[in-house]
Amino acid sequence: MGKMSTTRFWQGNEACAEAAIVAGCQFFAGYPITPASEIFEHLARKLPQAGRITIQMEDEIASLGTVIGASWTGAKAMTATSGPGFSLMQELIGYAFMTETPCVVADVQRAGPSTGQATKCGQGDVMQVRWGTHGDYVSIALSPNSVQEMFDLTIRAFNLAETYRTPVVLLADEIIAHMREQVVIPPSNQIEIVNRKKPKPTDKTFFGSENIAPMPSVGEGYNVPVTGSTHNEYGHRFTADRTVHEKLVKNLFRKIRNNAEKIVDYETYNIDDCDVGVVSFGCTSRAIYETVELAKERDLTVGSVRLKTIWPFPEEAVRNIAQNVKVIVVPELNMREVFYEVERVVHGAVPVVPVNKIGGGEMITPEELLEEIVRSVKKID
Amino acid sequence: MTEAFTVREYLRDIKLPFCAGCGCVTVISHFLRAAYELGHKDLSKFVFCSGIGCAAWIPSPHFKADSIHTTHGRSIPAATGIKLMRPDLNVVVFGGDGDIAGIGLSHLIHAARRNLDIIVVMVNNMIYGMTGGQVAPTTPLETKTTTTPYGSFENPLDVPSLVVTAGASYAARWTTIHGEQLKEALKKALTTKGFAFVEAVSPCPTAFGKRAGFEDVAEIIRWLRENSLSLEEAEKMAAEDLVKKIVVGEYVDRESSTFTEAVYKTIQKAEKSAKKK
Amino acid sequence: MQKRSEVRIAGLGGQGVVLAGKILGRAAVHDGKSVVQTQSYGAEARGSAAKSEVIIADERIGFPMVRKCDVLVVMSQNALDKYLKDLKEHGILLVDESIVREVPKIKAKVFMIPATKMAETKLKSKICANVIMLGALIKATGLVSQQAVEKAITKGVPNKAQKVNIHGFRIGLELVKP
Repeated sequence: MGKMSTTRFWQGNEACAEAAIVAGCQFFAGYPITPASEIFEHLARKLPQAGRITIQMEDEIASLGTVIGASWTGAKAMTATSGPGFSLMQELIGYAFMTETPCVVADVQRAGPSTGQATKCGQGDVMQVRWGTHGDYVSIALSPNSVQEMFDLTIRAFNLAETYRTPVVLLADEIIAHMREQVVIPPSNQIEIVNRKKPKPTDKTFFGSENIAPMPSVGEGYNVPVTGSTHNEYGHRFTADRTVHEKLVKNLFRKIRNNAEKIVDYETYNIDDCDVGVVSFGCTSRAIYETVELAKERDLTVGSVRLKTIWPFPEEAVRNIAQNVKVIVVPELNMREVFYEVERVVHGAVPVVPVNKIGGGEMITPEELLEEIVRSVKKID
Repeated sequence: MTEAFTVREYLRDIKLPFCAGCGCVTVISHFLRAAYELGHKDLSKFVFCSGIGCAAWIPSPHFKADSIHTTHGRSIPAATGIKLMRPDLNVVVFGGDGDIAGIGLSHLIHAARRNLDIIVVMVNNMIYGMTGGQVAPTTPLETKTTTTPYGSFENPLDVPSLVVTAGASYAARWTTIHGEQLKEALKKALTTKGFAFVEAVSPCPTAFGKRAGFEDVAEIIRWLRENSLSLEEAEKMAAEDLVKKIVVGEYVDRESSTFTEAVYKTIQKAEKSAKKK
Repeated sequence: MQKRSEVRIAGLGGQGVVLAGKILGRAAVHDGKSVVQTQSYGAEARGSAAKSEVIIADERIGFPMVRKCDVLVVMSQNALDKYLKDLKEHGILLVDESIVREVPKIKAKVFMIPATKMAETKLKSKICANVIMLGALIKATGLVSQQAVEKAITKGVPNKAQKVNIHGFRIGLELVKP
C-alpha cells in the first residue's frame, strides 16, 4: 500500500486476504477447509502484525458467530469457508441479515454435494447463497473471475457489507482461489474504503430502516438490544405482531433492492450485433474470450455478459442481451443454477441453453463451449 | 453502599415474560444484586449474550444494557468476538441448559479450554421449557418429558465438572433456593480472571414440574432442597447414590492466564516480528 | 517468442514442480508479462503425481488451463507417459534424464537434463533438481529473462535456500547449449 501502484504475483486466496487487510478487516475467525484455508493462513500471519485479531474456532458456526460478535464492537469482520462450512453457516447468515450485522463470508466453492470432491472446483453454491438461509432473505454475492478480482471484489464485499449493514458473500471458486496471477494494487488513495455509518449520541433507532439505520457498537452507552427475532426500530422483540414483522422484513428487502442498481456489477464483451449471448460467472467465464475468437472462424458472433454480482442478479444486462441474440447459452460447473435465473429473466424471449460440467475440477474449455453454442444455434435455425 | 438496591434501576420498563414460579426471576435479582454489590450502578460496563430458550430472555431486552440475542446455542461465539475486541467490557452469557449444554455445548467446552474471560450463567431447569417440555441433556434419569413419555433413559451431564476438566478458572453450581451462595458465586464469577461458569438449578413449574409429576412450585422447591448436597458430602457417597442428587458448591476457583492475554501477547509477538523485517 | 506460451511442469509431489512453476510465473510478472499459474496435486502430500502449469502472454489471459502445451518439463516416468500427448508438434520437451531414461521418438525438440544427479552431486540437495530444470527451460525457450528468474527466486524461496537455488538455476542454464 503506497502512493504508487504496485504489481504482485499472488494466489487468489492470498489476494483475498491482502484485500481484507486493505479494506480494514480487524477480525477474522475461521475453521480449516479446502480450498479456502489459505485465506485464513495468510491472515493469521499478517493481521496480528497490524495489531488485529485472527482466531481459529471450533467449527464454522462458531466462526461466523464470533465474527458477528466482533462486528457489533464496530470491527470489520470476516470469515472464509467452502461448501460444507458454508452450509453450517446458513442459520447465522440469516441472523446477520435480520440483525443487520455487516460481515464478509468468502465461500470458495468446491464440488459438492456433501464432501464431494474436496479439492476440485465446482460452482454449485449459487442458489445456496440466494436461498440457503430460511425465511425471507435478500443476498449480496460477488463473483470474481481472476486473482485481480479476488482482490478488488473482497474490498467491495467489505464496502457493501458496511454500506448496507448486511452479510456479503464473496462467491469464489477453487480455480480462481488457487491460481496465481499478477495483481495490480492501485495507490492507496485510489482505493475506495467505506466505513459504517455510526449513530449520533441522540439517536435511538438502529434497526429496520430502508435507508439503513446507523449501527451502534456495544460498550458505547446505547444499550442496544440485538435480536434475530422480529423487532421494532429500537430492537425490541415483537414475536406475534404481523405489522412489525412485515415492516421489518420489507425494509430489509428494500434497503438492498432499492439500491440494486448501485450494487449490481457485470462485464459485457462483444455484445454489439451478436448472434449468441453467453451468460457466465467465476472461473467458467474465463473461457469466453477465446470462445468469441473461435466462433468467428465458424461465422458466429458471440457476445458475453459476465456476472460480477450474482445476487442481486444483473437482470437488465441479461434482458438487454436477450433482445439482440437468437439464443443464450449459460455454462456453469453445476447441474444448472444460474441457468434458471437467466430463464426467469429472459422470460421466453429467446431460448436459453444450459451447458453443464461437473467433477474432476475440469473447466468447460473454449472448444467445448463453442461446440455447445454451434449445436444450440443449429437447433434454432 | 448508601443507596438501596432495586432491580428496577437495571431493568427496562417491560413486563418480564417468565411464568409464575420460574427460577429465571430469582436469577435476575441475584445477578443484579451481585453487580450492585460490586459497585456497578448501571450495566454500562457489561455486554450480555444469549441464545434461545427462556433463560436467554433474562438480559434481552430486559436489562438496560447492550445485549446480543443470538441463534440457538451461539451465544458463546458472539461473546468470544466481543470479548476479544473489547477486553475492557464484562461479557456475560445467560442461557438455559439446552442452549449451553445441548446445542451449544462445544462452544462451552472450547471457551473453558481457552480460558476465555467471560462469565457463563447456565440456568438449569432440567428441561427444554420454551418448546414445551422436551428432554434435556440435564434431565434427571427416568424423568417423564414430552419426548421421553416413558421416562428419560439418558444420563444427565454434569456441566460444572466438564468445564473444570476443560480448563475453566471458576465453576460453581447452586440452586435458586441457595440465594446467598448463588449471589456470592456470581460475584466471584464477575471478578474471576478467566472463564467463569455458574450453574443455577432452577424450578420450571410449567414445562418440567407438570410432566415430571410435581404438584406445584413448592413441591419442586422442596425436592431441590431435599436432594441438594454439598461437594464435601458427595465425596463420601457412592456414585450410584448420587444419580438423582444435585451437588452444589464451588467446583473450582483458580487463577491462570486468560485467552485475551494470550491473543494480545500473540499480537505483540507478531508486531515485533513485522518490525524486525 | 510466441504471443502465448503454455508450460507444463510435471513430476511427483516433493520434487518442487509447483515451486518451479511459481518461480517461472513470478519471473514473467517481473518481465511485465501476463501470467497464470495453476497446480494440481494427488491426494497425498508426497510421492503422488504433481503438476504445475504456467501460461505466459503479452495480453490478458482468458482460459487459464493448459490444453496443448508449448513446453513440457517432466521429472517422472508417469508424467512423461501421461502428458507427452499434450505437447504441441514442434514443442519443447525437457526431461530429467536421471529419472526418465527413455523418450519415444517425437517431433518435439528434446533436451535431456541430468537434473536430479547434478542436484545430488553439485548441490548436495536432491530437491534442487527443480531449479536446474528451470534453468534449462529458460535457456531452451527464452520465455523470461535470467534476471527476472533470479529475482523471483530471491522473493519466492526462504532466505537460507536462496543461494543454493540460484546456484542450481545457473547450473541448469549451462546444461543447455545454444
